[in-house]
Amino acid sequence: MTAVPATEEDGAGKLAENILHFGRTLRAAGMPVGPGRVIEALRAVEATGVRRRDDFYWALHAVFVNRRDQRELFDQTFHIFWRNPRLLERMLATLLPRTRFGGEDETNDVSRRVADALFPGMSDDAQASRQEVEVDATLTYSANESLGAKDFESMSAAEIAEAKALIARIRLPIERVLTRRFAPDPRGPRIDMRSTLRSVLRTGGGTIPLRRRAQNRRPPPLVIICDISGSMSQYSRMLLHFVHAITSDRDRVHTFLFGTRLTNITRFLRYRDVDVALKKVGEGVVDWSGGTRIGACLKHFNTHWSRRVLGQGAMVLLISDGLDRDAAEGLEVEIDRLHRSCRRLIWLNPLLSYEQFEPKSLGVATILRHVDEFRPVHNINSLRDLAQALGGASQKREKAWKMPGKCVA
Amino acid sequence: MLHPLPASIDETLELLTAGHYVADRSLATTLYLCLSLGRPLFLEGEAGVGKTEIAIVLAKMLGRRLVRLQCYEGLDVASAVYEWNYAAQMIEIRMAEAHGVTDRDVISKDVFSERFLLKRPLLKALECDDVGSPVLLIDELDRTDEPFEAFLLEVLSDYQITVPEIGTFGAEEPPITIVTSNRTREIHDALKRRCFYYWVDYPNAEREHAILTARLPGIDEQLSRQVVAFVQELRKMDLFKHPGIAETIDWSSALMQLDKLSLDPQTVNDTLGMLLKYQDDIAKIGGSEAATILDKVNSELAAVGA
Repeated sequence: MTAVPATEEDGAGKLAENILHFGRTLRAAGMPVGPGRVIEALRAVEATGVRRRDDFYWALHAVFVNRRDQRELFDQTFHIFWRNPRLLERMLATLLPRTRFGGEDETNDVSRRVADALFPGMSDDAQASRQEVEVDATLTYSANESLGAKDFESMSAAEIAEAKALIARIRLPIERVLTRRFAPDPRGPRIDMRSTLRSVLRTGGGTIPLRRRAQNRRPPPLVIICDISGSMSQYSRMLLHFVHAITSDRDRVHTFLFGTRLTNITRFLRYRDVDVALKKVGEGVVDWSGGTRIGACLKHFNTHWSRRVLGQGAMVLLISDGLDRDAAEGLEVEIDRLHRSCRRLIWLNPLLSYEQFEPKSLGVATILRHVDEFRPVHNINSLRDLAQALGGASQKREKAWKMPGKCVA
Repeated sequence: MLHPLPASIDETLELLTAGHYVADRSLATTLYLCLSLGRPLFLEGEAGVGKTEIAIVLAKMLGRRLVRLQCYEGLDVASAVYEWNYAAQMIEIRMAEAHGVTDRDVISKDVFSERFLLKRPLLKALECDDVGSPVLLIDELDRTDEPFEAFLLEVLSDYQITVPEIGTFGAEEPPITIVTSNRTREIHDALKRRCFYYWVDYPNAEREHAILTARLPGIDEQLSRQVVAFVQELRKMDLFKHPGIAETIDWSSALMQLDKLSLDPQTVNDTLGMLLKYQDDIAKIGGSEAATILDKVNSELAAVGA
């Protein structure tokens, strides 16, 4: 800390401390900032000096930001933090929750994560929305398509951090399938002539050691079709986090959302930052929390998308509660076609968490006849179970779903 | 025979027409740009709309060699670019031993020479003959996997291939490259960026009639009109797979084989399998539905004729 240049007003110690606090704020906002980075930041500031604000900005930017999607978070944090560090210092020291009235203007237009990182202890609604996930699904489904984008900003950092940490660790260890490509393998069944001949040159032709190769394995493409209708709305937010985690974990994942119409959101989910990705999804999808037309949406998928995304042995995750506005009209044909065009069809249903769940609804009964596996998906535990089951389950086509009562999360 | 590349859009259109390929002006424009700017042409569209045919006609009319690379899952360097002739290499090594050659460098130079190189389509496409560079058709690219696509990216950008043991093969003149895809998978944007893109759509009635006449010169005018109108009507319907132009041609030649001069409901039902390849679709159209469409088609044709 001795190497830090003195500033006119505060003296040497203050700037270093402020940079340290700034680093901690960034970390609280979700950026991977460790003590090493902070020391580097001090060195960088030492090198550039603090005469000009933009030099200072870009020096810190160079050290703290190493991914494109972190830029915005950094930018917002920087402008709030360095506007009046004293105010912030006091707040960090006392942790008094009075920032709401003090910094209203500033927090209005920043993302919730920055606000939470700067003013911890303010997110009362974090707990509320955590509990919401566990709440009963309302068994009502409306016929109106509510147009208008849903606001994802209301998600708080506490909720994201907790859920993200849990969800991000979930991997889908779907069994790898054989491809027609070969890779070197000392015990492989085939002889690799190219590699054998090359190895001959090394010995000069006296002996010919045989090199072998075997077929490569690779996870199959995954297609996720997720219901976002009104009856699913309490789950869809968490499920989107789950879907985002899968998308960033592996390649060849295609995601579709449906309520009254089908939307392909694969491109939106490629944003590494989950906030940005979900914001884009919110802008791109128009039928949030409306009615459900499973049959029509699956038909749209079958005619327009199945040939484009179901190649190379794709697996399909259908996430829906099976409650259909159209009373399962045309559903039988379409779910049957979907089942026949993919390698494996897995149905995830949040309603399955209830002991009394019975496939009474026409839609549920219809889908149940055509799926390979039927699992609950209502909380993080069930997601984890799902990951385990997918890894261990046999990939053979058999009726792996059990009748309700026996299948508990 | 040496054919120069077409010098205008009209000439391109004429060239295709002379090869019995009835093309839209939009396609001719894209093709002309590809030929004059030396960029690959990326054709996408439903199965059976004549994507592959463009390359075949082009090669025939320009008198160029057609080098075709049919893609499939697991396509690798050994079957797309080059492979060594291992049996011959082994014999060469034995021969060298018999003659007492033990110098490693000499053996490796002999064994990995162009003599033992089996050239596969991509490497062959870099060779020009006296007529000019060949037409390289990379068919159904969507069937192969992403790693091959990435490799192709490199080939398509500078038209050279490196064989580690020998060196780099480059093209004096880049081949005329045509890539087709049935869209069973999305092709990466990076590859598409290097190409000119064209979506081959189903033709309208006028053009489909022209195609049918060009492909089946002996077809009865009345039958041709009926077939085209029927197929066009089918494409408006809610089917899982609409019939392509290839199906129209197949169906017409089947009807000619059966000596039919006009369509009747019985014949349509008996031969529906030539047009529709999904049982659900056949069940939907077969029987009374086919008769209804036929009635509609006939009355429309009568109205136009009158």
